Amino acid sequence: MRESYGEGTGCPENCNAPDLRVQIGSLVLRNPVMTASGTFGYAREFENLVDLDQLGGIIVKGISLQPKPGNPPPRIVETSCGMLNAIGLENVGVDRFISGKMPYLRKLSTPVVVNILGDSVEEYSEIARKLDGVEGVAALEVNISCPNVKKGGVAFGTVPEMAARVTEAVRQASQLPLIVKLSPNVTDIVLMAKAVEGAGADAVSLINTLIGMAIDPVSRRPKLANVIGGLSGPAIKPVALRMVWQVAQAVSLPVIGIGGITTANDALEFFLAGATAVQVGTANFYDPSSTGNIVQGLKGYLQEQGEDRLVDIIGTLKIGTD
Amino acid sequence: MSEFQQKCSLVGRDRLADDVYRLTLQAPRIAAHAQPGQFVMVRVSDGLDPLLRRPFSIHRVFANGDISLLFKIIGKGTEMLAHCCLGDELDLVGPLGNGFVLPDEGPVCLIGGGMGIAPLLFLAEQLHMTGRETGNDYVLLGARTQDELTPLDEEFAALGYTVQRATDDGSIGHKGFIPDLLDFILPEMTQVYTCGPHLMMENVVRQCRQAEVKCQVSLETHMACGIGACLGCTVNGKRGLVHVCKQGPVFKAENLEWSLE
Repeated sequence: MRESYGEGTGCPENCNAPDLRVQIGSLVLRNPVMTASGTFGYAREFENLVDLDQLGGIIVKGISLQPKPGNPPPRIVETSCGMLNAIGLENVGVDRFISGKMPYLRKLSTPVVVNILGDSVEEYSEIARKLDGVEGVAALEVNISCPNVKKGGVAFGTVPEMAARVTEAVRQASQLPLIVKLSPNVTDIVLMAKAVEGAGADAVSLINTLIGMAIDPVSRRPKLANVIGGLSGPAIKPVALRMVWQVAQAVSLPVIGIGGITTANDALEFFLAGATAVQVGTANFYDPSSTGNIVQGLKGYLQEQGEDRLVDIIGTLKIGTD
Repeated sequence: MSEFQQKCSLVGRDRLADDVYRLTLQAPRIAAHAQPGQFVMVRVSDGLDPLLRRPFSIHRVFANGDISLLFKIIGKGTEMLAHCCLGDELDLVGPLGNGFVLPDEGPVCLIGGGMGIAPLLFLAEQLHMTGRETGNDYVLLGARTQDELTPLDEEFAALGYTVQRATDDGSIGHKGFIPDLLDFILPEMTQVYTCGPHLMMENVVRQCRQAEVKCQVSLETHMACGIGACLGCTVNGKRGLVHVCKQGPVFKAENLEWSLE
């Protein structure tokens, strides 16, 4: 049985509810619970299951310059307390995203963050330019960390100089708040965070998936057609939490925590470690109600702790004997 | 399309064979909107292992708001599901997917292999309820052994369908495979609906193509979300990859790639 500050602890609108607002660059979120890219489609997929207007932010499926068909099947496999995916960044491309998906998204009251990805620095710039000024796009999240593509992603996400170049290029191409999503598949994620901070990022989000693999002993074949894939879900939460804690101490940017967050308690661990906001990813698949439950659970926690504002608990992890 | 996340109380649990179970759940909102061929995503436990929901086609829908699921124990998730007790609450998301397109004309043939039988009983009941004459319609059911077909075969027969059986061990009906039975029936049919093991469906599709009979297939794949967000449940379509949860699980056979062509 997991402990959780869960359902039923929320406060009605007319009482002195705790203030859950947080700020990411110039972007103010009504609460710190966002949906992670690649786990929430273009939001409409969840419209019958989630109150989209109650989310802190929506980060849509990664968008590339041209549409991508993604990898061959099988693309997903379940692992212990997690899942591996090798979707391969299937998406409609930036033009169809703007014409086909934004009209729905801009009607929501929740800020929409567009995750962008490219095979070259120029592609990142061009996508950012196309999205700059598009009504309803509140911020960009630069994906330099997807493990499931052959070109671009891995080099950009693992070499500090490359990460800085991409960040600078997007910074120049767009006025929008700029979040850079970091990969855990590096020797020192702090170096990466510092590199993108120096290059003009407004925030960092971490972590993306950990590279993993699963094998079927009967067929003696990998379970993913792509052989390797990205591990996500509760299994990676301790790794994500450690990295968020390390990065939050090393940079002055807001840090957005991602990795296995399912309950309010999970989210609270990230806030205490220094995260300003969190993104819920794989949990959207197995429990679409998790984002709403986390928001309610955070309110309950703050009330129980006698805190008025969520921002006051960020980074308040106690270490040592003091 | 309406879909719901709903806690559903388990009101019926029948063990049909050694490892085959039929669960009945109170799911009024899902039942009210379900169409034959649609599916639900079931959370088998509150824990984190297994993590993902399991997709099950809707086996039956009752007027009182209950739905049934038919499944075989094949892994940890189905094992846990089989051991649920009456009164337990299971978290369901559904109804999902597109469902079968009902026929304009008959006669039709429903072909189920193994747990592929599950969605066909809902389809058969729906066809029956439309007041359609089922006397010329066939149901072909295949399984390893007789135990896996009883009482399902009788339930189809009670609706007026002509039921033929095939079992691997010959314990009932034809000893062998479903497609062996199809040659004699197919020329009379206008449409075939099939769900079951991939190899069986490939053979059915090939025979339908030769006989120029329309065929709808219901596919099973691994899914994470069931609602078109994860994009994990792709299969090869004639014009690129298709998503089973959203564009399916029911497809016109000619829209998919088959390896036996």
